[in-house]
Amino acid sequence: MKKWLILLALPVVTALVWAENIATLRNAPLDENPEPPYIPQVLNEDIKRERAYPMQPPTIPHKIDNYQVDLNNNQCMHCHSRHRTEISQAPMVSVTHYMDREGNFLAEVSPRRYFCNQCHVPQTNAKPLVENNFKDIRQIIQDKRKEQ
Amino acid sequence: MRAIRWIKPLWRTLNRPSVHFSLGFLVMGGFIGGIVFWGGFNTALEATNEERFCISCHEMESNVYRELQDTIHWANRSGVRATCPDCHVPHNWTDKIARKMQASKEVWGWLFGTINTKEKFEANRRELAEHEWARFKANNSLECRNCHSVESMDFTRQSKRARDAHAGFLVTGEKTCIDCHKGIAHRLPNMADVEDW
Repeated sequence: MKKWLILLALPVVTALVWAENIATLRNAPLDENPEPPYIPQVLNEDIKRERAYPMQPPTIPHKIDNYQVDLNNNQCMHCHSRHRTEISQAPMVSVTHYMDREGNFLAEVSPRRYFCNQCHVPQTNAKPLVENNFKDIRQIIQDKRKEQ
Repeated sequence: MRAIRWIKPLWRTLNRPSVHFSLGFLVMGGFIGGIVFWGGFNTALEATNEERFCISCHEMESNVYRELQDTIHWANRSGVRATCPDCHVPHNWTDKIARKMQASKEVWGWLFGTINTKEKFEANRRELAEHEWARFKANNSLECRNCHSVESMDFTRQSKRARDAHAGFLVTGEKTCIDCHKGIAHRLPNMADVEDW
């Protein structure tokens, strides 16, 4: 009987222990209104960043406030499209963005790639909630070689 | 012919010395009348150069004025904002009068409801925008420069992108503000085949 009780209580206890370590946005009791944090600022330094996880689309190193991306205009493409990169010196969107899903090349950026913000986002100076210990594959290979 | 018959006696009256009024009365009357007329004209002109007047038409209020409210020219960190006439009415008197004469077409448009629905406005958006782009291009973005002068622009406080663009194109005179900053205060029309876009 006792054994059963312990077995039953085990998942509850472990859940409680885990709960202590869960990242939370609310560091205050439910009946209190904590001071809201400052709204983080968008980083606008124009410095390209390393990936933060595998296959990550490049992040936007500048502000994109009020960029109009709709049927009429795509403000991102004003600098990043093929015919604008010479004058803007901005990185050109990759050739895959000019391909449809069958791999055919198009004259314009593909409709499924049109809304840049679906994948590419600016970054803010907010403190990360959890640490990122992502290592690039190159780093992993180098570390392995050192071990040997 | 009939016009000449009408003008002739009028000219004869104007050409002859006054019989009933003294010279002093006429001079003073003309002077005071001039002040009243000129003051009235200027007051009326100023009244039509207020944002209140612009947005008294729903075409302006529910389209372009609403769009402005999403932009940096409406709300920003320093609390300076641009009103309609700051960008759309030249400050220089002769240019202002010329623009006012052009604007009589807009009164016509208002009377006959050329853009009195959202659909009609959207259908004409490109043409309307092109008029303003052409005006800014022709006067070297004068209304931008009334506030944003190159001399007072501190490139060291700009982001790298802004610095490069301003140093490379603005200072050299190769481009003017509107060439790159179209749609800075309102939504853009369909930009297909717009030059340099």
